[in-house]
Amino acid sequence: MSQLLIRDLHVSVETEQGTKQILRGVDLAIGAGETHAIMGPNGSGKSTLAYAIAGHPKYKVDSGSILLDGVEVLSMTVDERARAGLFLAMQYPVEIPGVSVTNFLRTAKTAIDGEAPAIRGWIKDVRTSMANLKMDPAFAERNVNEGFSGGEKKRNEILQLELLKPRFAVLDETDSGLDVDALKIVSEGVNRAKENTDLGVLLITHYNRILKYIQPDFVHVFVAGRIVEQGGPELAVRLENEGYDRFLTADASVG
Amino acid sequence: MSAVTTAKTDASQEASAATEIAEGSSTRYTPIQSRSERFTSADVTDFGPALSYDLEWKLTPIARIADLLDAALTGAPAGVTLPTQDGVSAVWVDRDDARIGSAGLPEERASANAWSHFEKALAIDVSSEIATEFVVTRTGLGLTPRAAHTVITAKPFSRGLVILENSGDANLSENVEIVVGDQAHLTVVTVQEWSPESNHLASHFARVGRDATLRHIVVSLGGGVVRVNPSIHLVETGAATEAYGLYFANSGQHLEQRVYIDHVAAQTRSRVKYKGALEGASARSVWVGDVRIGPDAVGTDSYEENRNLVLSEGPRADSIPNLEIETGDIMGAGHASSTGRFDDEQLFYLQSRGISEAEARRLVVRGFLTEIVHQIGSDGTEARLQAAIEAELTDSATNKQEK
Ligand SMILES: Nc1ncnc2c1ncn2[C@@H]1O[C@H](COP(=O)(O)OP(=O)(O)OP(=O)(O)O)[C@@H](O)[C@H]1O
Ligand SMILES: [Mg+2]
Repeated sequence: MSQLLIRDLHVSVETEQGTKQILRGVDLAIGAGETHAIMGPNGSGKSTLAYAIAGHPKYKVDSGSILLDGVEVLSMTVDERARAGLFLAMQYPVEIPGVSVTNFLRTAKTAIDGEAPAIRGWIKDVRTSMANLKMDPAFAERNVNEGFSGGEKKRNEILQLELLKPRFAVLDETDSGLDVDALKIVSEGVNRAKENTDLGVLLITHYNRILKYIQPDFVHVFVAGRIVEQGGPELAVRLENEGYDRFLTADASVG
Repeated sequence: MSAVTTAKTDASQEASAATEIAEGSSTRYTPIQSRSERFTSADVTDFGPALSYDLEWKLTPIARIADLLDAALTGAPAGVTLPTQDGVSAVWVDRDDARIGSAGLPEERASANAWSHFEKALAIDVSSEIATEFVVTRTGLGLTPRAAHTVITAKPFSRGLVILENSGDANLSENVEIVVGDQAHLTVVTVQEWSPESNHLASHFARVGRDATLRHIVVSLGGGVVRVNPSIHLVETGAATEAYGLYFANSGQHLEQRVYIDHVAAQTRSRVKYKGALEGASARSVWVGDVRIGPDAVGTDSYEENRNLVLSEGPRADSIPNLEIETGDIMGAGHASSTGRFDDEQLFYLQSRGISEAEARRLVVRGFLTEIVHQIGSDGTEARLQAAIEAELTDSATNKQEK
């Protein structure tokens, strides 16, 4: 079975005030088909973890490792990681002027598969996925994320998830900015991917509501750059009711 | 609106003084001297030396083109290959040919220097009434400073596509006249793929007739200093032009284009769209877009646009639109200008979808420039240029990752 294994990960970022340590020893094991939710206060380092997995050049890994089926991910370039089966649905997807969604999707699919997709089947797949996500076909000809609303950008991320078929996906606040209907549509997209490809999911969120649609197997509480508690779905409910106070007072190193 | 009129025997001196004032008062869209009032002459001795603070030359590295401004240029025809084609004639004619001077006269010294020194002009007449493609290639000119002169005449009702393809070494100042007869539809494309040592200064003068259309496309990829300045005069009712440009400046290259659209007659229409990519520390581009809507040009519809895409640290792109409107009764007049960066976040996003850095840059540049390539209307030239543009991407990362 496929596994994404994060061990004692320490990550820092260069800021104008100097080096800032963000992740302070993250341990996490995600198996194929599993869904792990990560919840934690603003600024605790959740997106940093997501970026570190994807290989964003701003985030420097000081120590630790990320293994995908035993292979070190940290020594791979960003695109190699994607080709190895990792996917990041970003909290703030980037606009790419001049590049149409159609062209972008085909280029990405070709890069990931190592060969161009058969044209007929591919066009049909794109159409079906867009229809499933209730995306207007006109989006196919628009430039990637350019002028998309917040919710449209999130759908576009899940569209890519469905079409690129990664083995593990990190969803960074894919639920924020979505209205109730969109939340349902996007969640169904993630669930389809889980069903069809046995996708392992690391789902970063602030809200329990998405977890009603995407059932987590594990919930992790993330505070001050590390996981401080783990549990099942019931932990998410408790966090939503109680907040993070009890963790913040317990951990003096916050901030 | 323009107000200053001066005796213009020494135009460059006067213009430079005016420029300083215009800059100081930051009235960028209303030049103090109307473009239509600029001094013109075919005789280089009528122009003073080019100075680094002249309006005309302040953005150009004049030291690199001193020969073309000041030397006695070699004026004999060189390096030109002409095809034979039904409906198009191309012949070398003497200086006293009636066609010469029919579209315009030099406004600056390098253009006048070329005019003063060319010996024979290439006269291309398009008479075909079915769309015809005519490709003039010019190569192997060498680095001797040269002058050239071309007159392209589209007969009334004719339809044609004339492509001027330039490659190899050159040190050339030239004038290209374009006369578009009533109801004719002409496309003129000039492609610069010169060697890095080459310099090329070109002034294109066009007169567009009644209900006629000129499509004009400047593609500058290769060369050291390349400056192509089209002046398109819409002189009869219903005349229209689409002026496109595409440039890719790498380190050491200065690619400049000064576009002037002169709406003289009523119901005239213009669209200007220039797009450029820049990569490399000393890559440099200049786009100046002057649009004048004259007092009789009622019902004019005009829009000009320049977009630059910066692909690395260091390049500089100047983008200066100027709009001069002398009648209140117009359909529309607008301009847009922007310089954007292909930044690290965009690169990260594309890479995070499995796309290599080299492919990501190609994807973005292709997406940005293809629109202009597709305006040419010749499949062969379009395909060749698409490949040439991608070959311009010279990032070290590209070399690293390419197999
Ligand atoms: N590029 C950066 N430069 C400076 N500081 C950064 C940078 N990236 C992250 N940080 C800081 O690191 C900390 C963690 O940020 P991160 O985005 O990972 O938090 P988060 O848990 O995702 O928060 P949120 O819930 O608000 O999305 C924050 O204090 C943030 O300001
Ligand atoms: Mg975040």
